[in-house]
Amino acid sequence: MRRSLPFLWIAFLASVPLWLGDPYFLHVLITTGIFTIAAMSLNLLLGYTGQLSLGHVAFFGIGAYTSALTSLGFDVNIFGLRIVHEPWPVVIGFVMGIVVAGLCGYAIGKLSFKVRGAYFVIVTISFAEVTRLVALNWVELTQGPLALNNIPPFTVSFPGLGEHTLWGKVPNYYVMLVVAVLAYAVIARLVRSRIGRAMIALRENEPLATSVGIDVTRFLVLAAVVSAGIAGAAGGLYAHFVRIIDPDIFLFIYTVTMVIMVVTGGKGTLAGPIVGGLIFGILPVFLRAYASPVAQWIIYGVLMILIVFFLPRGIVPAVRAWWENRMGAAAVERTGAPIERAGADAHS
Amino acid sequence: MHGPFSASTELDQLLQHIVNALMLGGTYALLGIGLTLIFGIMRVVNFTHGELYAFGGYMIFFLTSAVGVNFYVALVAAMALGVVLGALIELVLLRPMRGADIDTTMLIMIGCWIVLQNTEQMMWGGVAKSIVSPLTTEPLTIGPVSVAWLRVFVFGIAALLIVGTYALIHRTKLGKAMRATFQDRDTAALMGVNVNAINTATFAIGSGLAAAAGALLGAVFVVTPTMGDLAALKAFAIVILGGLGSIKGATIGGFILAFVEELGAGYISSGYRDAMGFLLIIVVLLFKPTGLFARAERIG
Repeated sequence: MRRSLPFLWIAFLASVPLWLGDPYFLHVLITTGIFTIAAMSLNLLLGYTGQLSLGHVAFFGIGAYTSALTSLGFDVNIFGLRIVHEPWPVVIGFVMGIVVAGLCGYAIGKLSFKVRGAYFVIVTISFAEVTRLVALNWVELTQGPLALNNIPPFTVSFPGLGEHTLWGKVPNYYVMLVVAVLAYAVIARLVRSRIGRAMIALRENEPLATSVGIDVTRFLVLAAVVSAGIAGAAGGLYAHFVRIIDPDIFLFIYTVTMVIMVVTGGKGTLAGPIVGGLIFGILPVFLRAYASPVAQWIIYGVLMILIVFFLPRGIVPAVRAWWENRMGAAAVERTGAPIERAGADAHS
Repeated sequence: MHGPFSASTELDQLLQHIVNALMLGGTYALLGIGLTLIFGIMRVVNFTHGELYAFGGYMIFFLTSAVGVNFYVALVAAMALGVVLGALIELVLLRPMRGADIDTTMLIMIGCWIVLQNTEQMMWGGVAKSIVSPLTTEPLTIGPVSVAWLRVFVFGIAALLIVGTYALIHRTKLGKAMRATFQDRDTAALMGVNVNAINTATFAIGSGLAAAAGALLGAVFVVTPTMGDLAALKAFAIVILGGLGSIKGATIGGFILAFVEELGAGYISSGYRDAMGFLLIIVVLLFKPTGLFARAERIG
């Protein structure tokens, strides 16, 4: 039963477009899914290694811009050197977005993991601001505030069936779902491996982890690369779904959105970002009848404060604790506590 | 670039940039000092700092335009209201979380920042507001350099507040208690310092300084709901430059940032004006992670 649960979830999510008639709601679900993927990637850093990276939107934006520019083509002049790039297929752009975002994650990880705590937070924010200002000012490449328009949607080709361009919402939903499931699988595999245990050890007690021979910087950089790559994938999805991106994609508020999703759902749990992502992705649909976007933000801010006050570990660990309390300690012994729970428990 | 005439305009331009940087640096230093006090004494990474800055700007706008208060009175009132709002935030949101780790309080501050910013937007809308100052628009001209009287006034008030804060920290009993808490919270408490009161006072003073900076720069430029975002990030940059917890560092850091921005915008690229500070932080942290002026780091 426990093993088949993920497949039941995937089957349920895959069935959504079949019975959901409302195209607006499907649109909301796709963007929710995209931001949930970004939140899952942030959780790897924030929840598992305990590093509060507040520049995460940079990787999302870099993925979006790289993917869009690779598939649109560009013509730039760097110090007299003219670089002309012809448009490439969207899928290659998407992969390029992941690779470039991952490389940026490597560079930033190498640089910023020299410092911790408040310093780390500020370096990551600075990095995101610099990328935003580059996107805003390098008009030749990015069109600056005029935005990149007419970004081509995804195309898929099946052997014998020819090539299809995914204009509609339903196919885009499935593309999002496939990427989300892959991202979840990568993260789940990583945190349940030796590497994941090393990351949790670092979060709980860095000097102790170092003393037993865990190479701190190596694991942190690895987490940053994977996390940045997945955020880049989310950015690529966003670019080819919404089909227009401007430098505002790098705004700090989007990092904050991801942080709210992770913290509300439960940092350091696999399900946490998904729960948080669904809540904060779908909530606007219900709130918009009663509250303006500005008022909605006020509600999110208040919710964030209340959650930190009353559910400091997030919804998922709280629900799990309540459930296990009900089932009794014996049941926990029998099924065996999953690894991430051990981490989440020690972190209170 | 050739001949005596253009050489002198080059020099004039440089002097003009320096004058502008001094004006900007004074207010940046206020922002930085406020933030570094709060971090040093309370160990809170204060994301509401930029909002207190915007709050100062909106208060002076509201008091001068809607209530019709005299500009100078409104400036003092904006600062006083910043002190009150800061004290309230500390009492309601931070005091119950004492002992929580730095990330937890940071998240609460981010939540508070979102609430404050959107409340400002709700009350005054997204359109930029300008503040009418009673100072003459006739600029002060010294040789080749001309500078608006308002900017001279802003620099003067900022300098006064910086000196005032120094005096407060180094010459008063409250300042002594603040320094003691900064050095060792537990020992200070054992010596009879009311650490809770020190926290409230620190947050209130820091917030008041941010509100003053916002009111001063708001009068020079304009007031918008998002003006606090860049201000908060710049304040972080200043504090990092000077070393977390160092008031002297924050003062010098404020001026360094202003000079780098002003000269960078003038001679490299004006579009990257706001990026200069962030690049500066990244460089500083790479080579001297404790900041330019921090001695042995006292803050753990």
